[in-house]
Amino acid sequence: MNKEEIAITIANYIKKNFLFDEKKDIDHNISLYQSGIIDSMGTIELVSFLENTYKIRFDDDELIAENFDSLNAISNFLYNKLQKIT
Amino acid sequence: MNFSRDVLKINAQEEISKITNAIKTQVISELHRKGAVLGLSGGIDSSVCAALCVQALGSENVFAILMPEKDSSQESIELGKLVANSLNIKYEIFDITNLLEASGCYKNQIEAIREIIPEYGENWKCKVVLPSILDKDRLNIFQLTVQSPEGKTQTKRFTATSYLKLIAATNWKQRVRKCIEYYHADRLYYAVCGTPNRLEYDQGFFVKNGDGSADFKPIAHLYKSQVYMLAKALGLPEEIINRPPTTDTFSLSQTQEEFFFSVSYEIMDLCLYAYNHNIEPKQVAHEINLTEEQLKRIYKDIESKRKATRYLHMRPLLVEEILNQNL
Repeated sequence: MNKEEIAITIANYIKKNFLFDEKKDIDHNISLYQSGIIDSMGTIELVSFLENTYKIRFDDDELIAENFDSLNAISNFLYNKLQKIT
Repeated sequence: MNFSRDVLKINAQEEISKITNAIKTQVISELHRKGAVLGLSGGIDSSVCAALCVQALGSENVFAILMPEKDSSQESIELGKLVANSLNIKYEIFDITNLLEASGCYKNQIEAIREIIPEYGENWKCKVVLPSILDKDRLNIFQLTVQSPEGKTQTKRFTATSYLKLIAATNWKQRVRKCIEYYHADRLYYAVCGTPNRLEYDQGFFVKNGDGSADFKPIAHLYKSQVYMLAKALGLPEEIINRPPTTDTFSLSQTQEEFFFSVSYEIMDLCLYAYNHNIEPKQVAHEINLTEEQLKRIYKDIESKRKATRYLHMRPLLVEEILNQNL
């Protein structure tokens, strides 16, 4: 699985669950928090989704803004984490 | 703009006079009610509100209700009584445990917790905590801390469903209390006094149609430190003034800092003031012994909580504006 595939999976989840419009585009660099796409409740949902989808567990120290701020940040972080596991 | 820890200092007597005049006008002339009802928790905010109502309306026109439940600390009831007696106001103690049992509050709380900690039992205790944002730019993901009857504690991160279910069940407590306040308000033809301070009001630290509901909110414009200044000027008992703020909502004792604000109220007050007055993080950080980076995180957290809780302040939305201004 490459970064692009991960980004698409996450983007589809966000569009369906937070934007309620699967046809909308999301800028992969935009801050999901500053733009109001995701709030604290959305964060819990997104983290649960990622853990269940990729069969992983995030350490508390990994749950920081730097890793989750944008689609690119999440997919980079997740890709690197999955690489380390495999 | 210059910034120092003194920015929150107020002339307490002038502020008391301003608020009591407002309460008198609001309750009598605008709400057309004969007095005020409020829930007394034994905390600083409700105690100050009670004292302000007494000064504005007279002790004979203020009615307080103490509404403990099985997770409340005994200290809260004793302090509530102390305040009511010191202000010479009528009060009633209504234990809401049976109402909460009937509503399913406790049962649903246990079910929600068992989604992430299956061994959680009836005699266990719990609290909800937020990790601190001071050491890292952490995401606001609530955690659950539980304690077994043997005293062993463990902390786990919530899943979305368990968090929502636990909060929904727990919110019964604030909503049941508000129903009782309005029962007495209807019975006495009084208005209900809401007791949030500015931190709670601004950051959405309240339950919609629970403690967020009221006819007037006399200290919603005051930072928590300023509420303490008023408490001293109003001559409230030392036990109230010296008590650390607590949520008194979950069975394990929990500070408001752990549950919602991430930093102490003294720091949070100064940060919110600075944020509201567009003061650069660097300037504030130096004054309160935090780093600029930490201040930036706190500013970001203020913005994020405002956004996330905006819905709590909203009135029901209508499809069309109804123009009659008297509605």
